[in-house]
Amino acid sequence: MKNNKRLPISRRKFLAGAAAVGISFKLPKDAFAADGKVNFYNWDTYIGETTIEDFEKASGIEVQYDLFADNDELFAKLRGGNPGYDLIVPTNDYVERMLVADMLLPLDHSKIPNMKNIEPGFLDPAFDPGRKYSMPYMWGSIGVGYRKSAVKELPTSWNDLLNSDKYSGRIALMSEPQTVMQMALKAMGKSLNEWSDENIAAAEKMISDQKKHVVAFAPDNGQDLLLAGEVDLAMEWNGDILQAMDEDDDIAYLVPDEGGLLWEDTLCIPKGAPNVENAHALINFLLDAEVGAAIADFVYYATPNAAAKALMSEEYTGNSAIFPSAEATAKSEVSIYPGQDITRKIDEAWTRIKAS
Amino acid sequence: MQSIRNNVGVFLSFSGPTFIWLLLFFVVPLGIVWLYSFGENVSLTEIETTWTLDNYRRMLEPEILELMGRSVWLAFASTVICLLVGFPMALVIATASPNAKPWLLLLIMLPFWTNLLIRTYALLNILGTRGRLNDLLRWMYEKADAFLNTIGLGNYALLGDGFTPLKLLGTQTGVIYGIVYVSLPFAILPIYSSLERMDKSLLEASMDLGASQWQTAKNVLIPLAMPGVITAAIITFIPALGQFLTPDLLGRGQVDMIANVIERQFKRANDWPFGSAISLTLLYVTFMILAIRSFNDAARAKRAGRR
Repeated sequence: MKNNKRLPISRRKFLAGAAAVGISFKLPKDAFAADGKVNFYNWDTYIGETTIEDFEKASGIEVQYDLFADNDELFAKLRGGNPGYDLIVPTNDYVERMLVADMLLPLDHSKIPNMKNIEPGFLDPAFDPGRKYSMPYMWGSIGVGYRKSAVKELPTSWNDLLNSDKYSGRIALMSEPQTVMQMALKAMGKSLNEWSDENIAAAEKMISDQKKHVVAFAPDNGQDLLLAGEVDLAMEWNGDILQAMDEDDDIAYLVPDEGGLLWEDTLCIPKGAPNVENAHALINFLLDAEVGAAIADFVYYATPNAAAKALMSEEYTGNSAIFPSAEATAKSEVSIYPGQDITRKIDEAWTRIKAS
Repeated sequence: MQSIRNNVGVFLSFSGPTFIWLLLFFVVPLGIVWLYSFGENVSLTEIETTWTLDNYRRMLEPEILELMGRSVWLAFASTVICLLVGFPMALVIATASPNAKPWLLLLIMLPFWTNLLIRTYALLNILGTRGRLNDLLRWMYEKADAFLNTIGLGNYALLGDGFTPLKLLGTQTGVIYGIVYVSLPFAILPIYSSLERMDKSLLEASMDLGASQWQTAKNVLIPLAMPGVITAAIITFIPALGQFLTPDLLGRGQVDMIANVIERQFKRANDWPFGSAISLTLLYVTFMILAIRSFNDAARAKRAGRR
């Protein structure tokens, strides 16, 4: 398969800024039920270049395609009732959140025969046992992006970023309270889903003490800081660092020895979807081998689609920034939605960190 | 004299749409936020108004007060700088030739043609430790150093051991810079309009009667421009208080303001009642400022009337 290695601006960022200044709350145009329609709500630049047209041609179903910037925007928009979306792409912990809030429809596996293409390891995740409500779309990790020439030894521990003055004034962390606290738990050798009060307090203290060594709590632009040379280490999504690697050979990505966080974006049908049938057809199309490969080739995240992966080049499948090593994956964890009470405790700890 | 109020039909047809607009898009949403602020999360998506004061009580947590205080301080500092910089600029525009005026005003408005987010990213590129500003300073340092070397003073490290880049991003200075940059046009325009309307002959009279330029500025110019200055101060201070993009990007998450907490409540933390309570507290502060202002105006009008 041709690999143009064209990395677009990642989905996670481009609209994030736009949402930040309030260009949001757009309803899907003509979001109504009709035989030949499906309203697809996805991240930006998170699909193959011709995938939508190909589906329209193959099925005769017209796709109304809309974009969201982050999970919070997606959740906020569905919170007051589904405004007409048929297919959404939440990340794993938001799938759980939506399940708690009873916002998702169960999937009819008989209408998704291409489910057979999915790697067996993805078929029974903790957040959705038996894949009743979600199909895997792309996955990735959170680890450390670093500038090779600026570090003497590899930053193989989260402690290098979170509990050490070794790289003082050269570190960027993320601005996501929960994720940063989870990596602090990892640095302490704990599970990133163990939210006891002591663990929250310990993570809070670690980040508070480290704050003076940190250049930025980057709102999703750690890779830009890395590229600009403002920092030498950045806690980031692997996909973001991949883009930076594409622009600068001196940048690399690793998942520290304690393991990182694994995330998975999924295809779900929200309750109140007007075109459930068509949504199933679109999910099945997206899980097709050729289609999946075309998407992976463009968005350059890891595909959970074994049949699609088999069609991809070595350059993609052998890239450790896309597919971390088996050991790294084994030590990494998937975040589990901790519930509203813990979320509040995390947020309060974060406010204290920021006020200190 | 005919007042428009006497003609009910005309009055209603002109004010009606505005009234409905305000009701639908201001009063009603604000009312919902107000109800939320006395509410509790009963599930992930539902809020019940239980008239609890818990959300307001949480405002008294030390970290919230700290961030509130920091926001007021940053907004205040930015406002003072905007007024100090804006007043002379407004004066220049107001006294410019009629031909130059539109062009000068255009220059003030020009930044609005670019989206705020893009302008903020441009500032990131300028202010970073590897940014354009530090490039310039580095260049000046190197030239100065080379000059010292040629005149034989190179061994005394007069300029320090080496060039240390100026750290602006991630500091209060950086955030204030960003807020001033965004707010300056809003500060200049009201001052300009009050200077523009001013009767210039009063200034001439003051000078003719022997007042120095400084005395004229202090006793005539500034008092006459005061209404514009106060408007400028309010129009700068209030939005500055609610900044969150600037602390996020230029403050690099190290100098958070209260609006960053609000944003998190509506997104990541999914705690709309608390977010509503903080928002409304900001609104109360705003109303208080406006109230003080109108009391002042009323008092001034009264004093003027008595004279």
